[in-house]
Amino acid sequence: MTPQPVLDASGVAKRFGAVTALSDAALTVHAGEVVALMGANGAGKSTFVKILTGALKRDAGTVRIDGTDSTISSPAAARRAGIVPVYQEPALIPDLTVRDNLRLGDTPVDPFLHWTRELGIESLDLSETAGRLPLATLRILDLARALAAEPKVLMLDEMTAALPTNLVERVLKTVRYQADNGIAVIYISHRFTEIAQLCDRASVLRDGHTVGDVPIEPGVEDRIVEMMLGTALTSSEPAPRGAEARPAGKPRLRARGLAAGTALEDVSFDLHPGEVLGVVALEGQGQDELFDILAGFRPADRGTLEVDGAPRRFRHPADAIAAGLTYVPGDRAHALLAGRSVRENIALPLTARMGRWGPIGMRAEAEKVAAAIERLQIDTRAQGEVQRLSGGNQQKVTIGRWLAKGVETLLLFDPTRGIDVRTKGQIYPLVRELADQGAAVLFYTSELEEVRRACDRAVVIFKGRVVEVIEAAEATDERLMRAAYGLQTSEGAA
Amino acid sequence: MIRVLRNQAWVLGLVGLLFALALVTKAIQPTYSASGFESLARAALPFAFATAGMAVAILVGGIDLSVASMMAVASVTAAVLMEGAGVGTSIGVVFLVLGIGLAMGAINGALIVVTKVPDIVVTLAMLYVWEGVALLILNAPGGQVAPWLQQLIRGSVLPWVPNALILAVVGVAIVWVPIRRSKLGLAIYAVGSDPLAAYRSGVNIAGTRIAAYAICGLFSAMGGLTLAMSTGIGEPIPGPYLLAAVAAAVLGGVVLGGGIGGLVGPLLAVLILRLVRQDLTLASVDPNVTTIVEGTIMVGVVMLGGILALRSRRS
Repeated sequence: MTPQPVLDASGVAKRFGAVTALSDAALTVHAGEVVALMGANGAGKSTFVKILTGALKRDAGTVRIDGTDSTISSPAAARRAGIVPVYQEPALIPDLTVRDNLRLGDTPVDPFLHWTRELGIESLDLSETAGRLPLATLRILDLARALAAEPKVLMLDEMTAALPTNLVERVLKTVRYQADNGIAVIYISHRFTEIAQLCDRASVLRDGHTVGDVPIEPGVEDRIVEMMLGTALTSSEPAPRGAEARPAGKPRLRARGLAAGTALEDVSFDLHPGEVLGVVALEGQGQDELFDILAGFRPADRGTLEVDGAPRRFRHPADAIAAGLTYVPGDRAHALLAGRSVRENIALPLTARMGRWGPIGMRAEAEKVAAAIERLQIDTRAQGEVQRLSGGNQQKVTIGRWLAKGVETLLLFDPTRGIDVRTKGQIYPLVRELADQGAAVLFYTSELEEVRRACDRAVVIFKGRVVEVIEAAEATDERLMRAAYGLQTSEGAA
Repeated sequence: MIRVLRNQAWVLGLVGLLFALALVTKAIQPTYSASGFESLARAALPFAFATAGMAVAILVGGIDLSVASMMAVASVTAAVLMEGAGVGTSIGVVFLVLGIGLAMGAINGALIVVTKVPDIVVTLAMLYVWEGVALLILNAPGGQVAPWLQQLIRGSVLPWVPNALILAVVGVAIVWVPIRRSKLGLAIYAVGSDPLAAYRSGVNIAGTRIAAYAICGLFSAMGGLTLAMSTGIGEPIPGPYLLAAVAAAVLGGVVLGGGIGGLVGPLLAVLILRLVRQDLTLASVDPNVTTIVEGTIMVGVVMLGGILALRSRRS
């Protein structure tokens, strides 16, 4: 007979309005065991974690801790039940001293200090304000705080993402040692090397339900990738658009060795006019920083960026816009004036040029706007407020407005997130039409299928570096997924 | 020691500013004496409590625009109930009024937490609600505060140490010191600093915010009581305490947006702002010009605080 599991969750479900985030998630962890929780973007991983740590309430399913049913109604309740999480972002209050932070969470000081030393932090001043400590130290303090609470279940959610390598080693060793001494660990990470080093089993989520549970052994990566992808996806055929179709000549954008913060280390690529270049990456691999640099939200720490052959360094979004780079955020709320009409939103980029005062050339622009509205197939509601449109139609407006304005370089950050299939099918031709007009399009996507449906090529980023460049015609889900997880490919076309 | 200096730099700066202003006062009015300071402290007393309340609301990450109206409710309640009452009754009334203050603040906080409407909007609405309540209780200045309470804030125990000053310090300390040292105090700073991190640390966010607003209400009631004690009657129309309290809290080092600051700085700032006003009067500046100068200083201080808050958020 197997001993009773410390944590036993089954049939966990959660809906957000019309969207089902989790339909049937399960996870069993025994004392002394390290289990990796895995799943592709959007599989429901973070929802599941939030439920287990009390940040969200589940709609259905049971969670047993030491064999007794538990509701886990809040983070505090989860803590009392012995489930202690460590998140990707630091959880210490920045304006309080370390000592006050410990007091706030009822963490005993001596065990905490023991763990900080164990984790490689020799001198720590408890009277220091948390916000003044370096990021890597804060991550370690979070872990030390979690360990000092003597958890039954330690939940590590992408906690190594912002750590330098030597500290990662230290963390893995300490966690393994703790597991061997009888605590249960749930480990969430995109990094197969860490999982292979640390974990006993992997539990895999796909589309909101748990599809399998496999022991970690050499070569198991392939099976996990397979489970994360499922079988349905392999059937979708790549669009026939080969390398020969790519426009030759000087690139519009030439990025070399771009680096920023801890996530983006070294990214280089060329983007040509008329081309749609996909960017594929798991969450937090540096793609946010890359788009922030290109959009002028932050400067690069290292590396160079050339626009039409001239080196550029953007200090402000206005610099990027002046250089012809147009950023369309994944969150539509950041791109549109929700309370204004579709017509006005389309006209805005036309009329909002700085340095142009006086009356707007009404007639010429009205024609352009009308043409764009017709193209978007939402003409009957063009007088209505944008916020009354569906999410998909809103996204059509954020991209389609550039048809009227004309655009040189378009930066799309996950433009189809949370949009229905039919509208997605209308967005891809819009993007292609912009490219055919001569726009260079950089297209970050969290859905592998879109590389084939919308892009010419894709660069795959892992741990802040480009690991592969794949032609759309060759971009099978498996190949993209393996590259995104930093696994070697036999084709090796990088 | 260096850290103490760094963390208390703002407060030390305020002490310096206060001394500089004292020298200016002496220069303008060489005969300025302890009795001048005594009347200054008495005038500053309601401002001190209003500022302490406002500071707590700002520390938790909000703001309470209804401070002056809650003071009015406290002042008329005290004046009406104490009229012709004995010492025992008036002591009971004091505690009743403090309880009403706690309740009004808790209602403000609960409305903010339950409706999820921004603090500034809820408390703007409550400003009118509490003002209406005050007018229902007493529709024109009137009533009478127990004479022994009126005497309590007059005079000085030592020269330059007026009773009013002692009452302000003791009143604020009695409420704030135990809270600041408890889990609740930490939670107030944590919620004002980073609500998500606080939530993940197991802090009860809703409860903490309601408690902070209740403390703000309690301080407002103390402000209303001391106001009635210094005038002797109840006054249903709110006085000029709202913007003055925000200005003093910000000048005192409480960062708009929450999480940073204390109550010592704001109390010093109240004295500074009152002293500036007194100096302008002593220098026989036109009273209308005094009002303009005072308003300009307040707007300047609040604006500066806003800019500093933006800076610290960005870095």
